[in-house]
Amino acid sequence: MNQASNNNNPEKPSFFNSPQFRSIAAQALLLAAMGVFFYFIIQNMLANMEARGITTGFAFLHEKAGFGILQTLIPYSEDSTYGRTFIVGLLNTLLVSGLGIVFASILGFIIGVARLSKNWLVSHIAGVYIETFRNIPLLLQIFFWYFAVIRPLPSPRQSLSIGDWIFLNVRGLYLPRPELESGFGWMLAALAIAIVAVLLLRRWAIRRHYETGKTFPLLLTSIVILVGLPLLAYLASGGTIAWDRPVLKGFNFQGGITVIPELLALLIALTIYTAAFIAETVRAGILSVSRGQTEAALALGLTQTQTLNMVIIPQALRVIIPPLTSQYLNLVKNSSLATAIGYPDLVSVFMGTTLNQTGQAVEIISMTMGVYLTISLLISAFMNWYNHKMALVER
Amino acid sequence: MKKLAASLIAIACIGGVASADTLEAVKKNGHVKCGVTTGLPGFSAADEKGVWRGIDVDICRGVAAAVLGDANKVKYTPLTAKERFTALQSGEIDMLSRNTTWTLTRDASLGLNFTGVNYYDGQGFMVNKNLGVKSALELDGAAICIQAGTTTELNLADYFKSHNMKYRAVTYDSSDQTIKGFEAGRCDVLTSDQSQLYALRIRLAKPEDAVVLPEIISKEPLGPVVRQGDDKWFNIVKWTLFAMINAEELGVSSSNIKEMKKSKNPAIQRLITGQGEKLGLSDDWSYNIISQVGNYGEIFDRNVGAGSPLKIERGLNQLWNKGGIMYAPPIR
Repeated sequence: MNQASNNNNPEKPSFFNSPQFRSIAAQALLLAAMGVFFYFIIQNMLANMEARGITTGFAFLHEKAGFGILQTLIPYSEDSTYGRTFIVGLLNTLLVSGLGIVFASILGFIIGVARLSKNWLVSHIAGVYIETFRNIPLLLQIFFWYFAVIRPLPSPRQSLSIGDWIFLNVRGLYLPRPELESGFGWMLAALAIAIVAVLLLRRWAIRRHYETGKTFPLLLTSIVILVGLPLLAYLASGGTIAWDRPVLKGFNFQGGITVIPELLALLIALTIYTAAFIAETVRAGILSVSRGQTEAALALGLTQTQTLNMVIIPQALRVIIPPLTSQYLNLVKNSSLATAIGYPDLVSVFMGTTLNQTGQAVEIISMTMGVYLTISLLISAFMNWYNHKMALVER
Repeated sequence: MKKLAASLIAIACIGGVASADTLEAVKKNGHVKCGVTTGLPGFSAADEKGVWRGIDVDICRGVAAAVLGDANKVKYTPLTAKERFTALQSGEIDMLSRNTTWTLTRDASLGLNFTGVNYYDGQGFMVNKNLGVKSALELDGAAICIQAGTTTELNLADYFKSHNMKYRAVTYDSSDQTIKGFEAGRCDVLTSDQSQLYALRIRLAKPEDAVVLPEIISKEPLGPVVRQGDDKWFNIVKWTLFAMINAEELGVSSSNIKEMKKSKNPAIQRLITGQGEKLGLSDDWSYNIISQVGNYGEIFDRNVGAGSPLKIERGLNQLWNKGGIMYAPPIR
């Protein structure tokens, strides 16, 4: 008997047959094969470029660029380097992506909620909006806004205007700029203080709510602080803000803030297109919270607003965030369509003009792809963190 | 962009094919793969029947006539300014004939060789007549439409800097977009090589409303380009152009070449017959070029000169012995 039970113990498999070894070995082999493949490709490319007399390397980034760029967020002149054109293009990409994400989120949430409205007209307008803009290719929409809407605008001398303050013409949108040196600087400082104060207040209010169950009118107080503090600063500084207004001088308007039409068209198109997708995501998120939850909350005596804030939105967000992340990623990547209308983004400036002036195709395209990959991974990481924070805490 | 990506992949993977003997490859394919513009009247543009015409196209046709004996055996690849060099480097095309300016950087660091100059150009400005501008020096603060990836972009920056003026560059991908931007008033000024300005001007709804300013701010020698490292092919493309110029100088044209064959002038004899084997071609290579495509003067006239809608003066492109600088080494 003893003997037999001993035989029943499975024999330890030989080292080479062990599952652990096999899985590691298979992965190592795959990795090595990939390594060899890429090594071969890169060596082959370098050898070919060498043989053809094509210069390689990143030395070109320190050379003088010598061309102008329409919109630069940092100081840039024709004497700047090719490396700086990279930064200028990158910032322009980030500008249009960042603004696009903010506007698309706001518009998307509004449309998404409107889609669920009990008002027949409102919900159907939202429905038509979503179905229309979601199903027309983005490039066509960009062309539409640029060539059909902005192009027919009047010339600078016949600008559409609101008083002497805001001008719109084929060259762009001209806005007055408050001068930092005047009371506006103080107002900005006051606003920053107000934001910090509101954040601190919010933490305090939440903790107190948990500990004592007493609620605090957070929204109302926040609005009062956010509006009141800058207003106070405005009055304290003598109630004056100097504005730098756009004025028609020579060929164009000078002064103020200029929003170039390329940015305008691209931003409108990206916002409207992505908002349609976000609206559907939001609708799905809200619908995913079952009706029973609302009924239960109301039965417990929560008000409509409390139900929305404490029951529906937190649960809906969990469903909304993952698809929202991919919409944000799409928006950033779609912003590279800028090159079609000449908005000076990374693809247009760096992968376009710089590539052509230097001929360093391989280096420049790798850098550009690296940038998009990095931006996308960063957004993804941030949204994962936010999703994790919002996720159901299991006890 | 798709083309650019494809070309890059080609560089990365195949590589070896393109550096092989281009002449053999062309003979095997039965056509010359030629990179041209996406449409620039007078230089390379498809007409209403889809036939490519222009002074740059005729260089391709000349090469096809010299190598294959038939000027029509050309496959055209329309390229934007940004795509042109990568397409040639990767071997997607055999030669580039696309109003491309010959500069040191392009000649020395791109792995390419310029084979000569088929049009001496210079950068100019076009403005709307009602601006009342008479000189480029009055353009301070102007918005300027310009094509991305061209020497024009760099010259413009140099010119405005040296005259202490400011400008806003509105950069588009194709010359087509620049003229549309100019027409819509997105910019005050359109800048490009002067020949292109004339070509683009006739595409405006009201060409008479636009004026080309007198200033020429740069040297723009335009010519065909081939890959570096294939000297045989380099020589063929180079001497195709030289044969055209020599033919005009000697008075040989597509209409009189049959009679000229009997000419007693030894220079004409050398031009029309013989010398082919030194280039690796048949002896009737130059005869085919001149009879099928024409001499340089004919090509200039029918595409950009008096016989075309552009009506550009010969100017610098006149022969060296008639007041221009168009000059070709002798065929002997």
